[in-house]
Amino acid sequence: MSLTDKDKAAVRAMWGKISKSADAIGADALGRMLVVYPQTKTYFSHWSDLSPNSAPVKNHGKNVMSGVALAVSKIDDLTSGLMALSEQHAFQLRVDPANFKILSHCILVVIASMFPKDFTPEAHVSMDKFFCGLSLALAEKYR
Amino acid sequence: MVEWTDFERATIQDIFSKMDYEVVGPAALSRCLIVYPWTQRYFGSFGNLYNAAAIMGNPNVAKHGTIILHGLERGVKNMDNMKEVYAELSVLHSEKLHVDPDNFKLLSDCLTIVVAAQLGKAFTGEVQAAFQKFMAVVVSSLGRQYH
Repeated sequence: MSLTDKDKAAVRAMWGKISKSADAIGADALGRMLVVYPQTKTYFSHWSDLSPNSAPVKNHGKNVMSGVALAVSKIDDLTSGLMALSEQHAFQLRVDPANFKILSHCILVVIASMFPKDFTPEAHVSMDKFFCGLSLALAEKYR
Repeated sequence: MVEWTDFERATIQDIFSKMDYEVVGPAALSRCLIVYPWTQRYFGSFGNLYNAAAIMGNPNVAKHGTIILHGLERGVKNMDNMKEVYAELSVLHSEKLHVDPDNFKLLSDCLTIVVAAQLGKAFTGEVQAAFQKFMAVVVSSLGRQYH
């Protein structure tokens, strides 16, 4: 299910609309992931505060969204574009790749809630495919 | 049996009582058919599903979306009994409609997105957790009679 030119255009267009709010989207998505999928908290036992809008959550939400921004800029070759991040996730963070789908879903929910008119079904399918591709590229170096 | 907190019960009742089934149902089903096009396999008799515009304008899709929401309402009205409430529908989806139960989750995700778009800021993490828990029980009940 690779990204067509139409998908890439849709993703770039969507990113154009939402990138100014990237930090807020990241913080909201991460915060709600920890609430909706409590098993994800196991990766953050070293944080003092796991509540939505806490400093570590906001900060990390920002990091996640810069990864997304990178992926948008490397959308023509996600595998090589995200190679370094994949190595980090595979060898250091060792996050189970099943969680990529969970966080992707939360990001899409936040985008839908913040940009209901722009997140049409056509935009949704391209963004969903994009996050699938991103997740696959992130899991590339795992084994 | 599923244990529901007061917050979860109140949240589910609140969301569905304020919902326009004839808007949300068609929106969720058409989104599912667009975002996960393989789900169209179950709707061969529905006519033109050729592109997003056709799907969103298709009266059969709209009608069926509304039917699905009324089906969900049965669970909303019987949250302590959902296995029993959906037993017959589960048999129907398995024996007669031959729907792969993985599809229930896909539709559920689309419905979550539609509700998020409607509620905006009010769709907090806690509300999402309650809604997804309710939908997970529906999905599980619908898959229960498959063999």
